[in-house]
Amino acid sequence: MSAGVELDHVTVRFGQFTAVDNANLDIKSGEFFSFLGPSGCGKTTILRTVSGFLDPSEGKVKIGGQDMAGIGPNQRPTALIFQNLALFPLMTVAENITYGLRVRGVDKTARMKKADELLHLIALPGQGKKLVGELSGGQKQRVAIARALAVRPKVLLLDEPLSALDLKLRQHMRTELRSIQRQVGITFIYITHDQGEALTMSDRVAVMSDGVIEQVGDGKAVYDRPETAFVASFVGENNPFMGKVSKATKDGVAVDTEFGPLRGGNPKGLKVGDRAILFVRPELFKLGKGSAGAALSSRVKSVAFEGNITNLFLNGAAKKDIALSIGRHGSADIPGQGEKATINYDPSYAVALPEGKMARE
Amino acid sequence: MNSRFFVFLVPLVVIAAFWLMANRESKLAHDPTHKSFFERNGTVLGTVFILLVAFWALFLVTLPYLYMVVESFHPRLPPLKRGGPEDYLTLEQYKSFFVQPSDNSWNTTHLWGFFFTIAASVAVTVLNFAICYPLAYYMAQAGSIQKVRLIMLGLIVPYWVNEILRAFSLRLLLASKGLINQMLMWLGITDAPVDFLANNTGLYVGLSYAYLLVMIFPLYNAIESLDKNQIEAARDLGAPWWKIHRDVVIPYAKPGIASGCTMVFMLSAGSLAAPLFLGGPNTLWFTAIVYDFFFQAFNWPRGAAYAFILLAACIAFVMLMLRLFKVSLGETIR
Repeated sequence: MSAGVELDHVTVRFGQFTAVDNANLDIKSGEFFSFLGPSGCGKTTILRTVSGFLDPSEGKVKIGGQDMAGIGPNQRPTALIFQNLALFPLMTVAENITYGLRVRGVDKTARMKKADELLHLIALPGQGKKLVGELSGGQKQRVAIARALAVRPKVLLLDEPLSALDLKLRQHMRTELRSIQRQVGITFIYITHDQGEALTMSDRVAVMSDGVIEQVGDGKAVYDRPETAFVASFVGENNPFMGKVSKATKDGVAVDTEFGPLRGGNPKGLKVGDRAILFVRPELFKLGKGSAGAALSSRVKSVAFEGNITNLFLNGAAKKDIALSIGRHGSADIPGQGEKATINYDPSYAVALPEGKMARE
Repeated sequence: MNSRFFVFLVPLVVIAAFWLMANRESKLAHDPTHKSFFERNGTVLGTVFILLVAFWALFLVTLPYLYMVVESFHPRLPPLKRGGPEDYLTLEQYKSFFVQPSDNSWNTTHLWGFFFTIAASVAVTVLNFAICYPLAYYMAQAGSIQKVRLIMLGLIVPYWVNEILRAFSLRLLLASKGLINQMLMWLGITDAPVDFLANNTGLYVGLSYAYLLVMIFPLYNAIESLDKNQIEAARDLGAPWWKIHRDVVIPYAKPGIASGCTMVFMLSAGSLAAPLFLGGPNTLWFTAIVYDFFFQAFNWPRGAAYAFILLAACIAFVMLMLRLFKVSLGETIR
């Protein structure tokens, strides 16, 4: 059984501080949904509000269409996986997994059967008698997932559960989480500050900043068609060029930057004279002269060979470097440090957005 | 030779044995980079350290108890006859706890006092735990910092007052014409004053209050280090509050609980002031019996024997309880 989650104009305040500002969102049943944002953006607050540890100051949280006001965390059809997992250290793996069933009064044989079943799902068969302390980081991770799944939640909430793992294991667990979600078929709400995690696992992502949901969409939309300067600068690498709009149509604008007029898409309907930021991703740049309004030249500050790609950093405006990555095929004539380089890009992939707050580096 | 002086030899023999063992061990496993105690501290300072520690350990800790142990195995004699032919080793002081020396009948008064003391101390420990656990939990997990500080202050400040004064003020409160009885009568709950002192209510209240801090701090320490997420995880998995305490908080705090309960039990069983001032006229507290043997009857051997009987019984009881609740002794003093 799965259920959707609806945030109906939810605002959460702590005293004077607004942690979540008017979040309005419909998470579909069975969806893998991620909240992505830097620390302190309010994503954990949203998760705690959905799980019932916090009450919204305004608005409603609905799970499966039912208003959750006045229903405590122990009564909600949600299960939460904590950032530090919060496994019970004095219980065995099987006792941990079946704790939710024990408090519901399920008898021991049924509990042990369920534990075996879940240990199988998380690929730890026969390890139920071990103490939690005897497990490795990745195994603990899976036990936490099994413990949450044991109570048959309609919605699973995950609060950056992979952040304590090393890179290899983290990447492995991404695939595993995704496949577990497909198997059990319930709604997963995932909190992370790691865009790689959010983009690879999720059906949809909500990018958050300072308590506000900036954009909701699938990974491709968030990456390719950002709607705010924050989303453009937070999700993936991006090169911002500030300036004033000098030409504007529905399809595209030209922004007057320090490197002359540069062209890009105009999703937010900028008008001539507006202050704007044009974003060009590093992998969009190519070496060489391109068409007018989609090329610029500057001096090379440094070159970093990374094997599959080579990263070039050119002197940009206001001490900010322009980064570009060049694949192997174009690496023969890469200019050296201190040389002048001319680069161009395909303006149909660049995006001009109204000036606004950007993600901190 | 008088057996009383024999006791002074025991520590010396123990020290000699340890010294020999240490010497042998350092010869067997000699680490050339390891400096000996005297090489590290110098001869003068090293000697001073050893003398000070030896003085403290021997004269202040070990010898008085050993002397009392030896005393308890002697008959009661006037000073002149001590060390004389009548001064032999005997078990009669221990026997007198069970059987009256005068007529060989059961010593029911003292046996009753003994069991009452143990039972009342258990009751006080349980009562104290029931009061302190919610408070400690609130302080450690639920309360805001300012409120916790206020509670701490409220708990500690009354202990600046002398124990006897505290016991007497409680007596004033609980007396038949005291504040509480007057309140009860004014409210119409009782017609005649309740004798809180005769029915030992005063005793339980006084003892619980006297050792409140001894219970609260180990509990607070143990619960405070519990990760809040554990509590929330249990709650999220559907546990009602009492199951969270039963399954998560109490198992985690068990060493602290054991430590607090052990101390409160030991201190209650050995307390003197509260039972003396707050016990009823028919209440015979065991330490009061010991006290009387020392200071009223001047029967030191019998007093010492009684004191050791109480000590041994308390230690045995505590060990049994620790075993029962599967806590090791080491955990309780963590």
